Amino acid sequence: MTQQREITYLEAIREALRDELRRDPNVLLIGQDIGVYGGAFKATQGLIEEFGEARVIDTPMAELCMVGAAVGMAFMGLRPVVEMQFADFISTGFDSIVNYAATNHYRWGAAVPIVIRAPSGCGLRGGPFHSQSPEAWFIHTPGLKVVAPATPADARGLLLSAIRDPNPVIFFENKYLYRSLRGPVSTGDIDLVPIGQAAIVRTGTELSIITYSAMVHEALAAAEQLAQQGYSIEVLDLRSLKPLDTAAILATVQKTGKVLIVHEAQITGGVGGEIAALIGQHAFEYLDGPITRLAAPDTPVPYSPPLEDAYRPNANKILGAARDLLAY
Amino acid sequence: MEEFSAEFLARAHYWMRMARAFDDRVQLLHKQSKIAGGCFSQLGHEAISVGAALALAAGDVAAPMHRDLGAYLVRGMTPKRLMAQYFGRAAGVTGGRDGNTHGCGDLSLGLFGFVSMLPASLPVTVGAAHAFKLRGQANVAMTFFGDGSSSEGLTHETLNWAAVFQVPAVFICENNQYAYSTPTAHQMRISDIADRAAGYGMPGVVVDGNDFFAVHSAARTAVEHARQGMGPTLIECKTMRMRGHAIHDNMAYVPQALIDEWKQKDPVLRYEARLREYRMLDDERLDALLAQIENEIDQAIAYAESCPYPDPATLTTGVYAEASGQPQ
Repeated sequence: MTQQREITYLEAIREALRDELRRDPNVLLIGQDIGVYGGAFKATQGLIEEFGEARVIDTPMAELCMVGAAVGMAFMGLRPVVEMQFADFISTGFDSIVNYAATNHYRWGAAVPIVIRAPSGCGLRGGPFHSQSPEAWFIHTPGLKVVAPATPADARGLLLSAIRDPNPVIFFENKYLYRSLRGPVSTGDIDLVPIGQAAIVRTGTELSIITYSAMVHEALAAAEQLAQQGYSIEVLDLRSLKPLDTAAILATVQKTGKVLIVHEAQITGGVGGEIAALIGQHAFEYLDGPITRLAAPDTPVPYSPPLEDAYRPNANKILGAARDLLAY
Repeated sequence: MEEFSAEFLARAHYWMRMARAFDDRVQLLHKQSKIAGGCFSQLGHEAISVGAALALAAGDVAAPMHRDLGAYLVRGMTPKRLMAQYFGRAAGVTGGRDGNTHGCGDLSLGLFGFVSMLPASLPVTVGAAHAFKLRGQANVAMTFFGDGSSSEGLTHETLNWAAVFQVPAVFICENNQYAYSTPTAHQMRISDIADRAAGYGMPGVVVDGNDFFAVHSAARTAVEHARQGMGPTLIECKTMRMRGHAIHDNMAYVPQALIDEWKQKDPVLRYEARLREYRMLDDERLDALLAQIENEIDQAIAYAESCPYPDPATLTTGVYAEASGQPQ
């Protein structure tokens, strides 16, 4: 029986893990401090009590080995979900992800059903190494899938899909949203969110904001303010970054003719550039203004509040960029 | 030696000779431009790859590397399939997606394909061993690495992990004295890599890697140890890389005296001397065996040359695994 209630983004992740552990005996969690401690953000709190230390495995500090071991477990029929303590630390497991996990199916046909959960995003005064959004590194790697949910329902629905997917999926969960965002979430499989499908989270006719993860909420706040001034803004939440929902991206551009791409990762080489290129090539004749990107500057994520606030895109900055584009 | 059946000894002999002859022929084919790209030789490693792999049973898994042709053969990778792989044909192990022994994995044979970033297979093997342990399955995972990759941080991560979780893994370190052009003296301050095992809390043994019986006996002991739930073992096999890092490398940096010294220790000739001692081999029987093997290799080459190349239209297929059926 499906029920709906309001839970936090973090609770949605925890429930998705719990439900998958209950559903499939091959699912197991591996990570640092995820057992008795319940994880650095408590995403796995209570799971070791229910499933035991054979399925909620606390590991040594060894990200390369963690991912490599997950691949070996997957070859043997298990479905490991790896927790990176922070997305920033995923670089220490990089080789096992991009050269090993990502290439096996193409090279010798071996599927690698693993999920790597990576708490990303800034805004929590975490400083340069607890605030990063490194999704672009993985979008450039064939063989990986990359998702970045913005709501509790999508966090749950995409995590279920990621665990059931036969490929390595990097699951970027935004830690700014963990406890600050509540939303309606169903139980059961009804809310399975397919990987590769974007969602229009606000419909409009004059300008499209294409974004994902925490920036969806900043975009919605900006769109609401613009609505009060008489503008009609559409907001597209990508949800999946690899594969991109190209059809949804092109459809919204064709509808509004103006596009603002927003992400909290640094601008150069970011996802926004890829989206801009897609639009430029395939929807050029629909454009009524320059494809515009609003993203973090090309700096490490600074710690001090005024610096971090200057770094992180927010509703006000989106508002400014949107007004410029509307006036074009 | 008395403990081995004549059948077993003949089988080991066949695989060592097959590995050597196949390897020699591949070098020639490369020089004739019939095989493209990099070309690695296993010359001098026959006793290790065959001796270690013969210690495994059905249901066990192995992750060999580029000097372990013998291990692929022992585990059931046929000369025809391997030759088609070297020729880059669609019928090769990777269908032309990867070359030579790279990516030569087949889960139905308990073989994991490797990548060039050694020792990327170590944690994968440990993950498989971890899966055996979690399931209470009496199987063993074996992996191979070299003196060069012993310096990588991942080797430390993996050996430590294997010991912490007491997984049924066997680590075969092939110390062939050179990592590309770098001698072991520039790689480490110790003389025995096996000494490091103590630091992880696992048994470490040094064996003469050119003595089939020493390698096989150590591997058998380690496999039994692992199978009985007593954890991992590190076996260091001392040997010498008898050709360059790859075919382009004339290894002018290796003193001739060292090569001459190790020619005297040739693992295949030493094995045959033992067989002769026990009157299990004479010139006539050896000639017959070599003729049979040459014939098999001729057939493998004819087969490979008759196989079509992969269709360029298939370039982008197989990057991702397709979901098989509905989720449970």
